[in-house]
Amino acid sequence: MSRTRQHLTQDELLVFERSSPGKVGYQLPRLDVPPVDPREALGPSYVRASIPGFPEISEVEAVRHFTRLSTWNYAIDLGMYPLGSCTMKYNPRLNEAVARIDGIVDAHPYQPEALAQGLMSIQATLEAYLAEIAGMDAVTLQPAAGAHGELTGLLLIRAYLESRKSKRNIVLIPDSAHGTNPATAAIAGFEAREIQSNRRGTIDMDALRAAADDSVAALMVTNPNTLGIFEQDIAEVAELLHARGAQLYVDGANMNALVGIARPGDSGADVMHLNLHKTFSTPHGGGGPGAGPVAVKSHLEPFLPVPRIHRTEAGLRYDWNRPATIGRVRAFYGNFGVLVRALAYILAHGGLGLRNATVDAVLNATYIRKGLEGHYELPYPAPSMHECIFSDARQARRGVKTGDIAKRLIDYGFHPYTVSFPLIARGALMIEPTETESKQELDQFVEAMQQIAKEVESDPELVLRAPLTTRTSRVDETRAARKPVLTWQEAPAGNGSA
Amino acid sequence: MRYLPKSPAEREEMLATLGMGGVDELFASIPERLRLGRALEIPDGQSEFEIREFFEDRANESARGYACFLGAGAYRHYRPVVIDALATRGEFLTAYTPYQAEISQGILTTIFEFQTMVAQLTGMDVANASMYDGSTAVPEACMMAARITRRNRFLVAQTVHPEYRQVLDTYLAHQGLPVQAVGCDQATGQVDLAELEAKLGDDTAAVVIQSPNFFGILEQVEEAAGLAHRRGALLVVAFTEAASLGLVAPPAAADIVAGELQSFAHPSSYGGPSVGILATKSRHIRQMPGRLVGETRDADGRRAFCLTLATREQHIRRARATSNICTNQALVALMATIYMTLLGKRGLRELGEHNLAKAHYLSDSLRASGAEMPFSGPFFNEFVVRPTARTAAAVNGLALESKIVGGLELGRFYPELDGTLLVCTTETARRAEIDAYARCFR
Repeated sequence: MSRTRQHLTQDELLVFERSSPGKVGYQLPRLDVPPVDPREALGPSYVRASIPGFPEISEVEAVRHFTRLSTWNYAIDLGMYPLGSCTMKYNPRLNEAVARIDGIVDAHPYQPEALAQGLMSIQATLEAYLAEIAGMDAVTLQPAAGAHGELTGLLLIRAYLESRKSKRNIVLIPDSAHGTNPATAAIAGFEAREIQSNRRGTIDMDALRAAADDSVAALMVTNPNTLGIFEQDIAEVAELLHARGAQLYVDGANMNALVGIARPGDSGADVMHLNLHKTFSTPHGGGGPGAGPVAVKSHLEPFLPVPRIHRTEAGLRYDWNRPATIGRVRAFYGNFGVLVRALAYILAHGGLGLRNATVDAVLNATYIRKGLEGHYELPYPAPSMHECIFSDARQARRGVKTGDIAKRLIDYGFHPYTVSFPLIARGALMIEPTETESKQELDQFVEAMQQIAKEVESDPELVLRAPLTTRTSRVDETRAARKPVLTWQEAPAGNGSA
Repeated sequence: MRYLPKSPAEREEMLATLGMGGVDELFASIPERLRLGRALEIPDGQSEFEIREFFEDRANESARGYACFLGAGAYRHYRPVVIDALATRGEFLTAYTPYQAEISQGILTTIFEFQTMVAQLTGMDVANASMYDGSTAVPEACMMAARITRRNRFLVAQTVHPEYRQVLDTYLAHQGLPVQAVGCDQATGQVDLAELEAKLGDDTAAVVIQSPNFFGILEQVEEAAGLAHRRGALLVVAFTEAASLGLVAPPAAADIVAGELQSFAHPSSYGGPSVGILATKSRHIRQMPGRLVGETRDADGRRAFCLTLATREQHIRRARATSNICTNQALVALMATIYMTLLGKRGLRELGEHNLAKAHYLSDSLRASGAEMPFSGPFFNEFVVRPTARTAAAVNGLALESKIVGGLELGRFYPELDGTLLVCTTETARRAEIDAYARCFR
């Protein structure tokens, strides 16, 4: 491929650099009450002079600015986005429409319960469906993201153990886990202790038996794990933990492999979180918002965050009187708009449809794996579920790393896979296509990856220079961290902006 | 199914390529006894038409079409239509966290603009992008203060949003970080500075105040900062109403600002999603949680942006990270960026003036209706009022008959303020609605 630059005419400046005093992009409604002098009403010291550097541009410039910038992004709407463990599936536009219906989108969290019955019913319905999917007894929708759900889950475990006069401060975490797991354990006041995986890439029962002493509060495990491999001993793991007085926390990041097929609750999980922005199709929006509902078995239910919704003869009511609760983890009722979207997704698929989606997700990952075997090293040969993990071992011999292959994949029109994770697979390529990719898209992806493997043999330099077709060439991340420039600064008078 | 892009023949073809006789073989690694073996008890899939109808019905069981005098951490402001037109472009809506900088310059550039505007608004040097909401930004600020000062005790004004304080208690209770309350001056409704001074100690990591506080009243930020700094503690200033920032002096004396930008970004949406921010002084950057975007160059020497200082974050630092946050509120932050761009320097000022004028018109009207104002401190767009002609509950009951949702009954959070209401007006409140609500106080 030859080097071309796209969007040469769209070398967009920052909004600050487009500003000119007096330009406006708004008009407020006519003030229909007497104006008030802020200096008189508040006192002069409470009033700010101005906002130095703040933009002043017109509506049309704002529209062009953000539209042009949007074209510099890759997105699911453009093509496959196979980030492993991120479940970048199609985000149905219906979800956006229903979340913006008047009465839902403008609802206030403190409006009277009698005028919130529809909103409470959305929550109650979603709680029931998620409990059924997880095989658990109760669900809280309050956590705002996966890591927030993890924190909630660990605090529930702590509260439960303390209620049984059991003081335990260790959380066991497999070496294949996401970084959020140990980070959460620390924030929940536990000490994270890593346990090594076995050669299959799954939990080593002997290592677990040795580690699970009476200081262990819980094991946090992702199932299928970050290698995309189902933890076959999960029921035995749960039994062992329970026999030793510990709890099993399941990280639901990879639930897209299981919905409608198997339920963590049925294999002994005590608590798990679900990522609605992964499994249940709500958009990532460049990094969020998400929602991380937590599902628990009945013994943990008394400790769930307040308020809980309960059904009475007079309708749905919030219950604040929960003496054993861990408290609140977020103001109000969580990322409600995200909950609405996830429920719309579940209603669209229905019970059978959700299962069919899981089948296609696993079919797609297995199909990609088949297509790339022989071209890339497969460090863990156990069957893959919704994602497959290769390593760059072969390519590294030619000086090409997983990160370089990822950059070259951009030239073929795909977003890269997850790079260098999980840590236990050296030089990992973690590929999760999800169910919303067609066979044609998968075939093209496999072809591109095979072609890159050939390029590494014939012309490794080409791959090391990639991407060659993007508006921005390879970005210097080291420079950004060495001397951080985190805000725009007005250039001194007389100088043009950099 | 419309979300699954495969024909039955293609599925068969793919299974044949894999040498599989049926889809069950895909799940061979799951032990038989752990499989569900039945359909999920969830009704069959529905059409767009039916799903829309379901949510329309739920919306009709809500306060659809009501005027609203509630604030208390969730505000009703007018959002220019441009915000959703731009933010729902698939290139923004359906992108992931911008780890691959070369194909994520769009979101990275807007985040850089967001960080800059939040810093300009709050009077801080840097801002992250973003926290879940204001209520979780506050404990993150406190944990950050504990790392910076290596101290562990916190003083939190009772005028901070009660739900924010509940979240703070949940977070800090398990980290050996005790939280102590500081009361409010009964005359002004501001934090009691004498009590604050008395409770400050050499083990105090930070003082947390909110301005405008939960009662809508502006706090004496510089005085609180002076007291905290004299004892080597940091000052954390929270805010729930971003619309105040265009008019009110920024909390520049704070060390960390932790707030909520919902007012600029998103409708109240029954409390979420919204967008929390954390801003601070340059010297504290490396203790800051959350995502940061920095300016750099590409291989051709052109300006480019990328995620930076990731060694603070969980995916690199794991158990020693500054926070466990990963997914944040990026799309809502983008909405706020668009809003701040459209309103700009003049618009935010004018917005503040309109909010102030409406709130003063409401307070004058309520006083004329016989209501009392228990606090004398300067307020922005919400304030506490005590009806005298009838109870707070009766006032709101009467208002509902005119399709008006009245203010928040404060007895729910402050027993000593039982019988009072926290009422809020923004630029969206029409004079006729304010007059109608004021009549309910007579």
